[in-house]
Amino acid sequence: MSKKFLAVAASLALVAGLTACGGDSSASGGGADGGITMGFAQVGAESGWRTANTKSIQESAKEAGITLKFSDAQQKQENQIKAIRSYIQQKVDVIAFSPVVETGWDAVLLEAKRANVPVILTDRAVDSDDTSLYKTFLGSDFVEEGKKAGEWLVKDSQGKSEVNVVELQGTTGAAPAIDRQEGFAEAIKAAPQIKVIASQTGDFTRSGGKQVMEAFLKSNPKIDVVYAHNDDMGLGAIEAIEAAGKKPGVDIKLITVDAVRDGMQALADGKINFIVECNPLLGPQLMELAKKVVNGEQVPPRVVTEETTFTQEQAKAELPNRKY
Amino acid sequence: MTSARPLDRFRSSGLLWPLVAIVALLAANAIVRPSFLALRFQDGHLYGSLVDILKNGAPTMLIALGMCLVIATRGIDLSVGAVVAISGAVTCSYIAAAPDPTSARAALVGMGMALALCAVLGLWNGFLVAALGIQPIIATLVLMTAGRGIAMLITDGQIITVRNPVFRTVGAGFLVLPVSILIAIAVFVLVAVVTRRTALGLLIESVGINPEASRLAGLRARTIRWTVYVFAAICAGVAGLMISSNVSAADANNAGLWIEMDAILAVVIGGTSLAGGRYSLTGTLLGALIIQTLTTTVYSMGIAPEITLVFKAVVVIAVCLLQAPKVRAALGRRTRRRSAQPAPDAEPGAERSEQTPTGPIVEKVTQP
Repeated sequence: MSKKFLAVAASLALVAGLTACGGDSSASGGGADGGITMGFAQVGAESGWRTANTKSIQESAKEAGITLKFSDAQQKQENQIKAIRSYIQQKVDVIAFSPVVETGWDAVLLEAKRANVPVILTDRAVDSDDTSLYKTFLGSDFVEEGKKAGEWLVKDSQGKSEVNVVELQGTTGAAPAIDRQEGFAEAIKAAPQIKVIASQTGDFTRSGGKQVMEAFLKSNPKIDVVYAHNDDMGLGAIEAIEAAGKKPGVDIKLITVDAVRDGMQALADGKINFIVECNPLLGPQLMELAKKVVNGEQVPPRVVTEETTFTQEQAKAELPNRKY
Repeated sequence: MTSARPLDRFRSSGLLWPLVAIVALLAANAIVRPSFLALRFQDGHLYGSLVDILKNGAPTMLIALGMCLVIATRGIDLSVGAVVAISGAVTCSYIAAAPDPTSARAALVGMGMALALCAVLGLWNGFLVAALGIQPIIATLVLMTAGRGIAMLITDGQIITVRNPVFRTVGAGFLVLPVSILIAIAVFVLVAVVTRRTALGLLIESVGINPEASRLAGLRARTIRWTVYVFAAICAGVAGLMISSNVSAADANNAGLWIEMDAILAVVIGGTSLAGGRYSLTGTLLGALIIQTLTTTVYSMGIAPEITLVFKAVVVIAVCLLQAPKVRAALGRRTRRRSAQPAPDAEPGAERSEQTPTGPIVEKVTQP
């Protein structure tokens, strides 16, 4: 008897736990009053970028009058699948999520499709042959980010006879690392004097960027430009360049991707020369898409996040507004 | 033992092959790029690839020293990576929240708090292992998993950047040599003196061989096991300070990630058996140096990131094979035939060391 009670209590607690995370969403009851209810399954809180992403979604849902049910999967796919199933059972109007990994989503997405709950992917894509399983994919175009970085360098290198670039790659095999490398390589083809003389992974971390840059500085006597796949590795590289007695941003130019607050600060301080934004604040765009999807309007299958680039002057103006 | 010639003694100490590995790696680097070994003065301190190896290897060295003693008691500590993250997180959070984030006081209090917390975490590990008798690999797995979560809670999932000159000194500062390597060497000398110039090292080994028998023989086996876990956690705490100080930021997600594996590898490459009962501090130090030299080699030789792990694995396998008694016996057959008499089996303690898969390690290998 008591065992049975415990089991019921435990499963109740589990369901509550899945949905309780979105505590700040105004509890207006799903769809009864004509408002939209969205279930959002976040990857986790693994970086400042991700935290900003979460905040943006929560805030813009409030602004758009959408009731948000939010869950944090702590980087585990099974948690995300559980959350999505519970959203289907709660009959939310739309489900949005950033898949932890690319594969293994067909079954649960099919359940959503059968229950007539539209799905929007954010930030990361899924690898599935059946594109009817989700309505649209909202996220950054990493190749485009690499291209923007390369294009700036091409413009900056005009009239120079030789420009030696070292590249700090992201985690080997990660989509942003592969795509940012590809886009950059494509863009610098336009200027034959630009050469990537060394390329290593710094694992998207500051200490990784610093260690790799320390080695680069010793093995390559002439480095003109550092291209880092994210701000953090660029910040590590700045430390290494300073320790070598050179001036980052002047003796060696830096180009990075992301535009998080610490990176923007370094850009404003003149230690980084150019940052391509990878925008985590996709909440407003997501809410707009969600409204369209729920109203049955057509949406494009791929929506690219609105992103910009920053020079040192722009960074000084933008810095006070940076939230993340 | 005393009658053996220095070379034989050195060979049987198990330090030969790790040393050969380091020299070979450095030589390979010097061939590819002759300036690899070059050193010069830059802003009043030494500057060069060798200095980088020492500076970046210091945290692994320190953690490996703590790990070495834990392994000597037939334990293992998987939580050191998480402790690294917590240590950096506590210090940077404190400094960032202090009224004057650039003051020496903020840095010292922050670091003190972090190390005190690390000692508590070590007490927790020791409590699970020594007092409750839980298998060390499981007991420390608890903190390995939970610890990173604690670090994330402290930093709120953000990377906390600080600009504090005193804190910066620990990981990125120089007194001719990097401060971090000076700290690591100081700890090494301290441990060597305390465990090898007193009976403590012998007691640790005896606990590793048989804790119950040691207790019955009158040793405080439980206290010794407890102490080594606290020591390992404090070492990890100091390493955490170095890692976060090196980049002036606390990254709860990535600081010290997988460093427990590097530390265990360093201990094993150095010739210490995972079965406990024997340990070599000098070997551990060399092991940590091999790992860092490998990493630096990958960066400066420009080995493609896709094959980096394979390259590392090949070197590690080579060193481990050279350490294995059977391989060494096969390699040493020729030399033994030549010198013919001093059979290593005649040495006291040889029976014990033969059980160890990574080869015999001689007592008192460390002579500071």
